[in-house]
Amino acid sequence: MAIEGEKHSPLEQFEIKELIPINIGGTDISFTNSALMMVVTVALICLLMLVGTRRRAMIPGRWQVVAEMCYQFVANLIRDTVGNEGRKYFPFIFTLFMFILFGNMLGMLPYSFTFTSHIAVTFAMAMVVFTGVTLLGLAKHGIHFFSLFVPPGVPIWMWPLMIPIEIISYLSRPISLAMRLFANMLAGHTLLKVFAGFVPLLGAAGILPLAFVGALTALELLIAFLQAYVFTILTCLYINDALHLH
Amino acid sequence: MPQLEQIHTFVGQIFWLVITFGFLYLILWKAALPRVSSILLERQERIDEDIRRAGEFKQEAEKAVAAYEKLVADARSNAQALIREANEIQAHNAASQQEALTEKIKSDLEIAEKRIQNARAEAINNIQSVSVEVAQAAASRLIGIEIAPEEAKAAVTLAIQAKN
Repeated sequence: MAIEGEKHSPLEQFEIKELIPINIGGTDISFTNSALMMVVTVALICLLMLVGTRRRAMIPGRWQVVAEMCYQFVANLIRDTVGNEGRKYFPFIFTLFMFILFGNMLGMLPYSFTFTSHIAVTFAMAMVVFTGVTLLGLAKHGIHFFSLFVPPGVPIWMWPLMIPIEIISYLSRPISLAMRLFANMLAGHTLLKVFAGFVPLLGAAGILPLAFVGALTALELLIAFLQAYVFTILTCLYINDALHLH
Repeated sequence: MPQLEQIHTFVGQIFWLVITFGFLYLILWKAALPRVSSILLERQERIDEDIRRAGEFKQEAEKAVAAYEKLVADARSNAQALIREANEIQAHNAASQQEALTEKIKSDLEIAEKRIQNARAEAINNIQSVSVEVAQAAASRLIGIEIAPEEAKAAVTLAIQAKN
Protein backbone atom coordinates (compact mmCIF):
# COMPACT_ATOMS: atom_id res chain seq x y z
CA MET A 1 0.00 0.00 0.00
CA ALA A 2 2.52 2.57 -1.06
CA ILE A 3 0.38 5.60 -1.54
CA GLU A 4 2.87 8.19 -0.40
CA GLY A 5 3.31 10.98 -2.89
CA GLU A 6 -0.15 10.29 -4.27
CA LYS A 7 -2.27 13.42 -3.77
CA HIS A 8 -5.75 13.33 -2.21
CA SER A 9 -5.66 9.69 -1.36
CA PRO A 10 -8.60 8.64 0.86
CA LEU A 11 -5.99 7.47 3.37
CA GLU A 12 -4.18 10.80 3.48
CA GLN A 13 -6.46 11.93 6.30
CA PHE A 14 -4.96 9.34 8.62
CA GLU A 15 -1.43 10.65 8.20
CA ILE A 16 0.25 11.72 11.40
CA LYS A 17 1.90 15.12 11.11
CA GLU A 18 4.44 16.50 13.51
CA LEU A 19 3.43 19.82 15.00
CA ILE A 20 6.11 20.27 17.70
CA PRO A 21 9.06 17.92 17.34
CA ILE A 22 10.09 16.46 20.71
CA ASN A 23 12.82 13.88 21.04
CA ILE A 24 13.85 12.44 24.37
CA GLY A 25 16.76 10.02 24.48
CA GLY A 26 16.36 9.09 20.83
CA THR A 27 12.66 8.37 21.26
CA ASP A 28 10.29 10.38 19.08
CA ILE A 29 7.45 11.73 21.21
CA SER A 30 6.63 14.73 19.03
CA PHE A 31 3.42 16.60 19.61
CA THR A 32 1.41 15.58 16.54
CA ASN A 33 -2.06 16.21 15.12
CA SER A 34 -3.10 12.99 16.91
CA ALA A 35 -1.83 14.31 20.24
CA LEU A 36 -3.52 17.66 19.55
CA MET A 37 -6.89 15.93 19.05
CA MET A 38 -6.38 13.97 22.28
CA VAL A 39 -5.75 17.22 24.12
CA VAL A 40 -8.82 18.82 22.51
CA THR A 41 -10.89 15.77 23.46
CA VAL A 42 -9.74 15.93 27.08
CA ALA A 43 -10.34 19.68 27.18
CA LEU A 44 -13.89 19.32 25.84
CA ILE A 45 -14.76 16.53 28.27
CA CYS A 46 -13.40 18.57 31.17
CA LEU A 47 -15.37 21.57 29.92
CA LEU A 48 -18.57 19.55 29.83
CA MET A 49 -18.10 17.69 33.10
CA LEU A 50 -16.65 20.54 35.18
CA VAL A 51 -17.97 23.78 33.73
CA GLY A 52 -21.32 22.21 32.82
CA THR A 53 -21.91 21.17 36.41
CA ARG A 54 -20.33 24.17 38.18
CA ARG A 55 -23.67 25.55 39.39
CA ARG A 56 -24.65 22.22 41.01
CA ALA A 57 -28.22 23.17 40.16
CA MET A 58 -31.08 21.24 41.68
CA ILE A 59 -32.91 21.84 38.40
CA PRO A 60 -30.12 21.36 35.84
CA GLY A 61 -29.40 23.54 32.84
CA ARG A 62 -28.68 22.12 29.38
CA TRP A 63 -25.02 21.30 29.91
CA GLN A 64 -25.59 19.86 33.33
CA VAL A 65 -28.30 17.61 31.88
CA VAL A 66 -25.83 16.34 29.27
CA ALA A 67 -23.17 15.70 31.93
CA GLU A 68 -25.69 13.91 34.16
CA MET A 69 -26.98 11.87 31.22
CA CYS A 70 -23.44 10.69 30.40
CA TYR A 71 -22.89 9.83 34.06
CA GLN A 72 -26.11 7.89 34.37
CA PHE A 73 -25.67 6.19 31.02
CA VAL A 74 -22.31 4.73 32.04
CA ALA A 75 -23.49 4.06 35.61
CA ASN A 76 -26.46 2.06 34.32
CA LEU A 77 -24.24 0.24 31.86
CA ILE A 78 -21.95 -0.90 34.67
CA ARG A 79 -24.81 -1.80 36.98
CA ASP A 80 -26.50 -3.90 34.27
CA THR A 81 -23.37 -5.77 33.23
CA VAL A 82 -21.21 -6.00 36.36
CA GLY A 83 -23.56 -5.19 39.21
CA ASN A 84 -22.76 -3.23 42.34
CA GLU A 85 -19.17 -4.48 42.54
CA GLY A 86 -18.53 -2.56 39.31
CA ARG A 87 -18.83 0.80 41.08
CA LYS A 88 -15.10 0.75 41.88
CA TYR A 89 -14.23 0.74 38.18
CA PHE A 90 -16.72 3.47 37.30
CA PRO A 91 -14.16 6.32 36.96
CA PHE A 92 -12.00 4.29 34.59
CA ILE A 93 -14.90 3.04 32.47
CA PHE A 94 -16.44 6.50 32.35
CA THR A 95 -13.11 7.99 31.23
CA LEU A 96 -12.76 5.27 28.61
CA PHE A 97 -16.25 5.82 27.23
CA MET A 98 -16.00 9.61 27.11
CA PHE A 99 -12.50 9.56 25.63
CA ILE A 100 -13.45 7.21 22.79
CA LEU A 101 -16.83 8.86 22.20
CA PHE A 102 -15.41 12.39 22.01
CA GLY A 103 -12.44 11.16 19.96
CA ASN A 104 -14.77 9.51 17.45
CA MET A 105 -17.15 12.46 17.32
CA LEU A 106 -14.41 15.07 16.91
CA GLY A 107 -13.03 12.94 14.09
CA MET A 108 -16.29 13.54 12.22
CA LEU A 109 -15.49 17.25 11.86
CA PRO A 110 -13.98 18.08 8.46
CA TYR A 111 -10.18 18.58 8.47
CA SER A 112 -9.90 17.13 11.96
CA PHE A 113 -8.14 13.91 12.87
CA THR A 114 -9.49 10.71 14.41
CA PHE A 115 -6.95 9.34 16.87
CA THR A 116 -9.11 6.24 17.40
CA SER A 117 -8.49 5.30 13.76
CA HIS A 118 -4.91 4.39 14.67
CA ILE A 119 -4.18 0.82 15.68
CA ALA A 120 -1.43 1.96 18.05
CA VAL A 121 -3.93 3.92 20.13
CA THR A 122 -6.77 1.40 20.10
CA PHE A 123 -4.40 -1.49 20.78
CA ALA A 124 -2.79 0.37 23.67
CA MET A 125 -6.22 0.96 25.22
CA ALA A 126 -7.27 -2.64 24.60
CA MET A 127 -4.06 -3.91 26.20
CA VAL A 128 -4.63 -1.74 29.26
CA VAL A 129 -8.13 -3.21 29.59
CA PHE A 130 -6.90 -6.75 28.97
CA THR A 131 -3.97 -6.56 31.39
CA GLY A 132 -6.03 -4.78 34.01
CA VAL A 133 -8.84 -7.32 33.80
CA THR A 134 -6.43 -10.27 33.95
CA LEU A 135 -4.62 -8.83 36.98
CA LEU A 136 -7.97 -8.10 38.59
CA GLY A 137 -9.11 -11.68 38.11
CA LEU A 138 -5.82 -13.09 39.44
CA ALA A 139 -5.90 -10.79 42.46
CA LYS A 140 -9.47 -11.72 43.28
CA HIS A 141 -9.45 -15.48 42.62
CA GLY A 142 -5.73 -16.41 42.62
CA ILE A 143 -5.04 -19.66 40.80
CA HIS A 144 -8.76 -20.37 40.66
CA PHE A 145 -8.97 -17.64 38.02
CA PHE A 146 -7.82 -20.16 35.41
CA SER A 147 -11.09 -22.06 35.79
CA LEU A 148 -12.33 -19.33 33.43
CA PHE A 149 -10.78 -21.41 30.66
CA VAL A 150 -12.85 -24.48 31.55
CA PRO A 151 -16.36 -24.03 30.22
CA PRO A 152 -18.93 -25.24 32.74
CA GLY A 153 -20.85 -28.40 31.89
CA VAL A 154 -18.30 -29.75 29.42
CA PRO A 155 -17.32 -33.43 29.87
CA ILE A 156 -13.70 -34.04 30.87
CA TRP A 157 -12.75 -35.79 27.62
CA MET A 158 -13.61 -32.56 25.78
CA TRP A 159 -11.22 -30.49 27.93
CA PRO A 160 -8.10 -30.96 25.77
CA LEU A 161 -10.08 -29.45 22.91
CA MET A 162 -12.04 -26.80 24.80
CA ILE A 163 -9.30 -25.37 27.00
CA PRO A 164 -7.00 -24.31 24.15
CA ILE A 165 -9.99 -22.77 22.35
CA GLU A 166 -10.95 -20.84 25.46
CA ILE A 167 -7.36 -19.67 25.99
CA ILE A 168 -7.07 -18.52 22.38
CA SER A 169 -10.39 -16.71 22.59
CA TYR A 170 -9.27 -15.05 25.83
CA LEU A 171 -5.95 -13.97 24.36
CA SER A 172 -7.64 -12.65 21.21
CA ARG A 173 -9.82 -10.32 23.26
CA PRO A 174 -7.48 -7.30 23.11
CA ILE A 175 -6.89 -7.85 19.40
CA SER A 176 -10.60 -7.98 18.57
CA LEU A 177 -11.27 -5.03 20.89
CA ALA A 178 -8.56 -2.94 19.22
CA MET A 179 -9.32 -4.05 15.67
CA ARG A 180 -13.05 -3.43 15.96
CA LEU A 181 -12.67 0.22 16.91
CA PHE A 182 -9.74 0.86 14.59
CA ALA A 183 -11.34 -0.83 11.56
CA ASN A 184 -14.70 0.85 12.03
CA MET A 185 -13.16 4.30 12.22
CA LEU A 186 -10.79 3.59 9.33
CA ALA A 187 -13.46 2.13 7.04
CA GLY A 188 -16.05 4.79 7.76
CA HIS A 189 -13.72 7.71 7.21
CA THR A 190 -12.19 6.16 4.10
CA LEU A 191 -15.63 5.51 2.60
CA LEU A 192 -16.67 9.11 3.31
CA LYS A 193 -13.54 10.40 1.62
CA VAL A 194 -13.95 8.10 -1.40
CA PHE A 195 -17.54 9.18 -2.01
CA ALA A 196 -16.70 12.80 -1.38
CA GLY A 197 -14.01 12.44 -4.07
CA PHE A 198 -16.69 11.42 -6.60
CA VAL A 199 -18.64 14.62 -6.08
CA PRO A 200 -16.41 16.99 -8.10
CA LEU A 201 -15.55 14.26 -10.64
CA LEU A 202 -19.17 13.64 -11.66
CA GLY A 203 -20.09 17.30 -12.12
CA ALA A 204 -23.88 17.82 -12.05
CA ALA A 205 -24.47 14.15 -11.28
CA GLY A 206 -22.28 14.70 -8.24
CA ILE A 207 -25.45 15.41 -6.35
CA LEU A 208 -25.89 11.64 -5.99
CA PRO A 209 -22.62 10.89 -4.17
CA LEU A 210 -23.18 14.11 -2.20
CA ALA A 211 -26.52 12.83 -0.94
CA PHE A 212 -24.86 9.52 -0.20
CA VAL A 213 -22.12 11.27 1.76
CA GLY A 214 -24.82 13.05 3.75
CA ALA A 215 -26.54 9.79 4.63
CA LEU A 216 -23.19 8.16 5.34
CA THR A 217 -22.23 10.98 7.71
CA ALA A 218 -25.37 10.31 9.74
CA LEU A 219 -24.49 6.62 9.80
CA GLU A 220 -20.92 7.42 10.83
CA LEU A 221 -22.17 9.55 13.73
CA LEU A 222 -24.16 6.53 14.87
CA ILE A 223 -21.14 4.28 14.47
CA ALA A 224 -18.95 6.76 16.34
CA PHE A 225 -21.28 6.44 19.33
CA LEU A 226 -21.86 2.74 18.86
CA GLN A 227 -18.16 1.84 18.80
CA ALA A 228 -17.51 3.83 21.98
CA TYR A 229 -20.45 1.98 23.52
CA VAL A 230 -19.24 -1.43 22.29
CA PHE A 231 -15.70 -0.84 23.57
CA THR A 232 -17.10 0.19 26.95
CA ILE A 233 -19.65 -2.60 27.31
CA LEU A 234 -17.06 -5.24 26.33
CA THR A 235 -14.72 -3.84 28.96
CA CYS A 236 -17.56 -4.15 31.47
CA LEU A 237 -18.24 -7.73 30.39
CA TYR A 238 -14.56 -8.63 30.75
CA ILE A 239 -14.51 -7.11 34.24
CA ASN A 240 -17.65 -9.10 35.04
CA ASP A 241 -15.93 -12.29 33.80
CA ALA A 242 -12.89 -11.56 35.96
CA LEU A 243 -15.03 -10.87 39.03
CA HIS A 244 -17.53 -13.69 38.71
CA LEU A 245 -15.80 -16.29 36.46
CA HIS A 246 -18.66 -17.24 34.08
CA MET B 1 -1.85 2.93 5.10
CA PRO B 2 -0.32 5.50 7.53
CA GLN B 3 -1.47 3.43 10.51
CA LEU B 4 0.97 0.68 9.62
CA GLU B 5 3.62 2.74 7.81
CA GLN B 6 4.35 5.46 10.35
CA ILE B 7 5.63 2.98 12.89
CA HIS B 8 8.04 5.55 14.30
CA THR B 9 5.00 7.47 15.62
CA PHE B 10 3.71 4.57 17.72
CA VAL B 11 5.67 5.45 20.81
CA GLY B 12 4.65 9.10 20.51
CA GLN B 13 0.98 8.18 20.06
CA ILE B 14 1.01 5.90 23.07
CA PHE B 15 2.94 8.50 25.09
CA TRP B 16 0.36 11.19 24.42
CA LEU B 17 -2.48 8.71 24.92
CA VAL B 18 -1.14 7.88 28.38
CA ILE B 19 -0.64 11.56 29.24
CA THR B 20 -4.08 12.76 28.06
CA PHE B 21 -6.00 9.71 29.21
CA GLY B 22 -4.29 9.76 32.60
CA PHE B 23 -4.97 13.46 33.03
CA LEU B 24 -8.62 13.01 32.05
CA TYR B 25 -8.92 10.04 34.42
CA LEU B 26 -7.55 12.08 37.33
CA ILE B 27 -9.81 15.05 36.63
CA LEU B 28 -12.92 12.91 36.26
CA TRP B 29 -12.10 10.65 39.20
CA LYS B 30 -11.17 13.38 41.65
CA ALA B 31 -13.33 16.31 40.59
CA ALA B 32 -16.05 15.80 38.03
CA LEU B 33 -17.60 12.45 38.95
CA PRO B 34 -17.88 13.13 42.71
CA ARG B 35 -19.56 16.41 41.87
CA VAL B 36 -22.10 14.86 39.49
CA SER B 37 -22.66 12.04 41.94
CA SER B 38 -23.31 14.48 44.80
CA ILE B 39 -25.67 16.52 42.61
CA LEU B 40 -27.66 13.40 41.73
CA LEU B 41 -27.66 12.21 45.33
CA GLU B 42 -28.80 15.61 46.63
CA ARG B 43 -31.58 15.71 44.09
CA GLN B 44 -32.69 12.18 44.96
CA GLU B 45 -32.65 13.05 48.66
CA ARG B 46 -34.61 16.19 47.97
CA ILE B 47 -37.18 14.25 45.96
CA ASP B 48 -37.47 11.58 48.65
CA GLU B 49 -37.80 14.28 51.32
CA ASP B 50 -40.49 16.07 49.32
CA ILE B 51 -42.39 12.83 48.79
CA ARG B 52 -42.14 12.05 52.50
CA ARG B 53 -43.41 15.53 53.42
CA ALA B 54 -46.21 15.27 50.91
CA GLY B 55 -47.21 12.00 52.59
CA GLU B 56 -47.18 13.71 55.99
CA PHE B 57 -49.31 16.56 54.69
CA LYS B 58 -51.71 14.08 53.20
CA GLN B 59 -52.05 12.32 56.54
CA GLU B 60 -52.60 15.63 58.27
CA ALA B 61 -55.23 16.56 55.74
CA GLU B 62 -56.94 13.21 56.24
CA LYS B 63 -56.88 13.78 59.99
CA ALA B 64 -58.39 17.24 59.52
CA VAL B 65 -61.10 15.79 57.28
CA ALA B 66 -61.89 13.12 59.88
CA ALA B 67 -62.06 15.76 62.63
CA TYR B 68 -64.30 17.92 60.48
CA GLU B 69 -66.61 15.02 59.72
CA LYS B 70 -66.76 14.13 63.40
CA LEU B 71 -67.57 17.76 64.19
CA VAL B 72 -70.38 17.80 61.64
CA ALA B 73 -71.78 14.49 62.90
CA ASP B 74 -71.64 15.73 66.52
CA ALA B 75 -73.33 18.98 65.60
CA ARG B 76 -76.03 17.09 63.72
CA SER B 77 -76.76 14.75 66.64
CA ASN B 78 -76.69 17.74 69.03
CA ALA B 79 -79.17 19.56 66.86
CA GLN B 80 -81.42 16.53 66.71
CA ALA B 81 -81.33 16.19 70.50
CA LEU B 82 -82.20 19.87 70.86
CA ILE B 83 -85.08 19.53 68.43
CA ARG B 84 -86.39 16.49 70.26
CA GLU B 85 -86.13 18.25 73.62
CA ALA B 86 -87.87 21.34 72.29
CA ASN B 87 -90.61 19.17 70.82
CA GLU B 88 -91.09 17.42 74.14
CA ILE B 89 -91.26 20.70 76.08
CA GLN B 90 -93.67 22.06 73.54
CA ALA B 91 -95.89 18.99 73.78
CA HIS B 92 -95.76 19.07 77.56
CA ASN B 93 -96.63 22.77 77.67
CA ALA B 94 -99.46 22.32 75.26
CA ALA B 95 -100.89 19.43 77.28
CA SER B 96 -100.73 21.33 80.57
CA GLN B 97 -102.19 24.46 79.02
CA GLN B 98 -105.02 22.48 77.54
CA GLU B 99 -105.66 20.87 80.92
CA ALA B 100 -105.70 24.23 82.67
CA LEU B 101 -108.00 25.61 80.04
CA THR B 102 -110.35 22.66 80.39
CA GLU B 103 -110.40 23.16 84.16
CA LYS B 104 -111.15 26.83 83.78
CA ILE B 105 -113.90 26.16 81.25
CA LYS B 106 -115.42 23.58 83.58
CA SER B 107 -115.39 25.94 86.54
CA ASP B 108 -116.72 28.81 84.43
CA LEU B 109 -119.45 26.51 83.24
CA GLU B 110 -120.37 25.59 86.81
CA ILE B 111 -120.44 29.23 87.86
CA ALA B 112 -122.59 30.09 84.89
CA GLU B 113 -124.97 27.25 85.62
CA LYS B 114 -125.25 28.38 89.22
CA ARG B 115 -126.00 31.90 88.12
CA ILE B 116 -128.61 30.62 85.73
CA GLN B 117 -130.23 28.62 88.52
CA ASN B 118 -130.20 31.62 90.85
CA ALA B 119 -131.64 33.81 88.17
CA ARG B 120 -134.34 31.31 87.49
CA ALA B 121 -135.22 30.97 91.19
CA GLU B 122 -135.31 34.73 91.54
CA ALA B 123 -137.42 35.00 88.46
CA ILE B 124 -139.81 32.42 89.84
CA ASN B 125 -140.05 34.35 93.12
CA ASN B 126 -140.69 37.58 91.30
CA ILE B 127 -143.34 35.94 89.17
CA GLN B 128 -145.02 34.64 92.31
CA SER B 129 -145.28 38.03 93.98
CA VAL B 130 -146.37 39.67 90.75
CA SER B 131 -148.87 36.87 90.14
CA VAL B 132 -150.35 37.33 93.63
CA GLU B 133 -150.94 41.01 92.98
CA VAL B 134 -152.27 40.29 89.51
CA ALA B 135 -154.58 37.67 90.90
CA GLN B 136 -155.88 40.05 93.62
CA ALA B 137 -156.43 42.84 91.14
CA ALA B 138 -158.08 40.59 88.61
CA ALA B 139 -160.39 39.12 91.22
CA SER B 140 -161.50 42.52 92.54
CA ARG B 141 -162.17 43.82 89.06
CA LEU B 142 -163.81 40.85 87.64
CA ILE B 143 -165.87 39.51 90.48
CA GLY B 144 -165.65 42.28 93.05
CA ILE B 145 -164.14 40.18 95.78
CA GLU B 146 -161.14 41.19 97.77
CA ILE B 147 -158.93 38.17 98.21
CA ALA B 148 -156.65 38.05 101.19
CA PRO B 149 -152.98 38.12 100.21
CA GLU B 150 -152.32 34.80 101.94
CA GLU B 151 -155.06 33.08 100.02
CA ALA B 152 -153.97 34.52 96.74
CA LYS B 153 -150.46 33.56 97.42
CA ALA B 154 -151.42 30.01 98.23
CA ALA B 155 -153.51 29.74 95.11
CA VAL B 156 -150.76 31.11 92.91
CA THR B 157 -148.21 28.81 94.41
CA LEU B 158 -150.58 25.94 93.81
CA ALA B 159 -151.13 27.02 90.21
CA ILE B 160 -147.43 27.40 89.53
CA GLN B 161 -146.65 24.07 91.03
CA ALA B 162 -149.36 22.52 88.87
CA LYS B 163 -147.83 24.18 85.83
CA ASN B 164 -144.47 22.91 86.67
